[in-house]
Amino acid sequence: MDRAFSWVAAFPDEVWEHTFSFLPTDADRNAVALVCRSWHRIERLSRRKIFVGNCYAVEPAAAVRRFPEVRAATIKGKPHFADFNLTITDWGGGAGRWIQSMAKGWPLLEELRLKRMVVSDDCLEIAARSFKNFRVLSLASCEGFSTAGLASVAANCRNLKALDLHENEVEENCINWISHFPESFTSLVTLNIACLDGEMNVSILERLISRCPNLKTLRLNHVTPLEKLVGLLHRAPQLVDLGIGMLIGEGHPGLFSKLESAFAHLKHLKNLSGIWEAGPLYLPAIYSICEGLTALHLCDSSIQTPELSKVVSRCKNLQQLWAMDLIEDDGLIAVASSCKLLRELRIFPSDPHGLAQPVYLTQYGLLAVSSGCVMLESVLYFCRQMTNSALLAIANNCPNLTCFRLCIIEPYTPDYITQEPLDAGFGAIVELCKDLRRLSISGLLTDRVFKTIGASANRLEMLSVAFAGDTDAGLHYILSGCKKLRKLEIRDCPFGDKALLDNADKLEAMRSLWMSSCSVTLGACRLLAKKMPRLNVEVIDENGGGSLESWPDDCHVEKLYIYRTIAGPRTDAPPFVLTV
Amino acid sequence: MESGLGLEATELRLGLPGAGGEGEGAKKRGYEETIDLKLQLQTPADVKELEEAADNMVKKTPSVKNVAQCGSIVEPEKPPASKAQVVGWPPVRSFRKSILSFHSDKGGSNMEDGEKSCNSMASFMKVSMDGAPYLRKVDLKMYKSYQELSMALQKMFGSFTNNGNCVSQGMSGKDFINESKVMNLLNRSEYVPTYEDKDGDWMLVGDVPWEMFVNSCKRLRIMKGSDAIGLAPRALEKCKNTS
Repeated sequence: MDRAFSWVAAFPDEVWEHTFSFLPTDADRNAVALVCRSWHRIERLSRRKIFVGNCYAVEPAAAVRRFPEVRAATIKGKPHFADFNLTITDWGGGAGRWIQSMAKGWPLLEELRLKRMVVSDDCLEIAARSFKNFRVLSLASCEGFSTAGLASVAANCRNLKALDLHENEVEENCINWISHFPESFTSLVTLNIACLDGEMNVSILERLISRCPNLKTLRLNHVTPLEKLVGLLHRAPQLVDLGIGMLIGEGHPGLFSKLESAFAHLKHLKNLSGIWEAGPLYLPAIYSICEGLTALHLCDSSIQTPELSKVVSRCKNLQQLWAMDLIEDDGLIAVASSCKLLRELRIFPSDPHGLAQPVYLTQYGLLAVSSGCVMLESVLYFCRQMTNSALLAIANNCPNLTCFRLCIIEPYTPDYITQEPLDAGFGAIVELCKDLRRLSISGLLTDRVFKTIGASANRLEMLSVAFAGDTDAGLHYILSGCKKLRKLEIRDCPFGDKALLDNADKLEAMRSLWMSSCSVTLGACRLLAKKMPRLNVEVIDENGGGSLESWPDDCHVEKLYIYRTIAGPRTDAPPFVLTV
Repeated sequence: MESGLGLEATELRLGLPGAGGEGEGAKKRGYEETIDLKLQLQTPADVKELEEAADNMVKKTPSVKNVAQCGSIVEPEKPPASKAQVVGWPPVRSFRKSILSFHSDKGGSNMEDGEKSCNSMASFMKVSMDGAPYLRKVDLKMYKSYQELSMALQKMFGSFTNNGNCVSQGMSGKDFINESKVMNLLNRSEYVPTYEDKDGDWMLVGDVPWEMFVNSCKRLRIMKGSDAIGLAPRALEKCKNTS
């Protein structure tokens, strides 16, 4: 009995439980759980959703035990830089232990979302058989499974609503896995198979679509033939989100009008994504739905700017645009004048290694969008040149930015007009955009920019740094400032031991820190690990693994991953990953 | 690491250099330099530079000072090819394909991987045409689609067909170009473009998606139409079976 908190007993548990259900974030629920034992108990028994940002931060069994009534779990594995091959293969992030614990402790689990994890077919089979009410399976940037695993999901999950596969590496050994959805299966709302490479049996797909009247999201892969696409679209006029594959096929004239008519029937379409290999000739087929679109993802498209401009200028309600840099400055100027509701812009490089002629995408494009689209919040922009004045103008135009990721492709590129570092430009971004939560910086940068970031970026949660800074002070500014920093990833910067050791406590307040090709020594890692028992300090040694004890303190650490955990050193690390 | 850079040095053939494709084969073909057919094709940066770049592919070394070219102003010039490439930079998902076909992999571009991106430097294919006195070479990586390739082939071999200008007949604005149709333009002169794929089979050009074609094509042959009967079904079969 909590005598000091007897008011808790004034209401039955159900009342508190109901009250807690209004708390929007996990952080709020965590806070509530600290108030008293009763609330801790009530909260944990009523928590329905759990988010595990780092699968190694906690033991699966412990998480399952503490929150026995979870219905939806999101778990993330590898660090973000694993996307760019900076970790090693077999680094870890296996989902097996989690799936096993969940299968035992959460039989009523309905939703499972995994990101950057290694998921085997066995995992999928266990999940499919253990969770009777399984409704949502979302795998993003995962690997380790095959279409045979998907077949067992299709066969066993009678009430599946969503199968969402986003950019996974899938081995395709079971061509007709789609046919494993039984004839009685009608519950599908989301089907995203865009990452699969193999050809689908279109008639089976058609039948599946026909019997799922609630299907809202359908993202096909890139080998769906054009003729068949028309048939599929006619069976799902209620679609809200459509992803189509390559527009190739027999180019008879009738096909265009069929395609045009099929699109015109999609009266509810809001999101369109896809690859348009056949290019501009089929593009006009989508003109009729442009006005209704709120999201357009053409990031695998080779369409050039004149045709792209014709599309975007019709998309008056667009909120999210992802495109290749082939859109060029001209295309972005068209976006700026037509897409006044734009919130998110992502521009990807069509030619990251500069092997072909450069495209005409410069700072002007982004500047135009920042000026014309006052609601802009989120930017990802790959380009080859930038100026401080452009960045300043962008910051002034868009003080509401929450995410700003600029990648100037060539490392150490200065302001191309003044030849100065881009400190002032990025400084303006962090000073003027007070709600900035995510930032990626690039170009020529000195310690000055870190001083500004540390001092001004009070809401910053994630920072990515590459080829920047002069001395350890840079890292120190970040770690000693940036009050809300959760994730920091750094590569190829002259940051080293002192900043790490001076800010050891900060590392426990963050989710994780990745440092590669910096100036960290093993000795510092040892000191850090000793000082902070609730941190895992992992050193990746690609050269041989083997015994860590024998190495000297001044040995250079090439790749370092530090994260807070209550689970202790992980047991599934491969030989190349050594916990100090 | 040098695949795709003209390893036919050991082959004796009467062939003129196409698209600047000397590469390593130059050693055995000194005489070819005297006969130089200028093509309208875009030539890649000097192949020698590409070789150096290939040798410089750095997988582990973090030092990128030698990569930096500070203050470079973007100009529409020849691309600077002699750069070391750094693992994981630029930070583009390996899953995302390079839509200019500068990748070699099926499931992902592996663009950041120093070794593999070597493959994307050039992809020179021999092109022969039945009845033509000499072969040509094309770099498939220079084209983004069958349409572009067809136009290039037409320029190369147009003089040997009955109607040398047949391309212009088909490429008007409203024509719904697709792969096989474009290739069929050469049909008007009774020729059919075919290619030999990795398995050694002769396939009809145009049946599979462009990227798949670039990755599997070893050489091209423009056949007389009568010889090409029966190729199409096999092409489709391949497409189904290729992962």
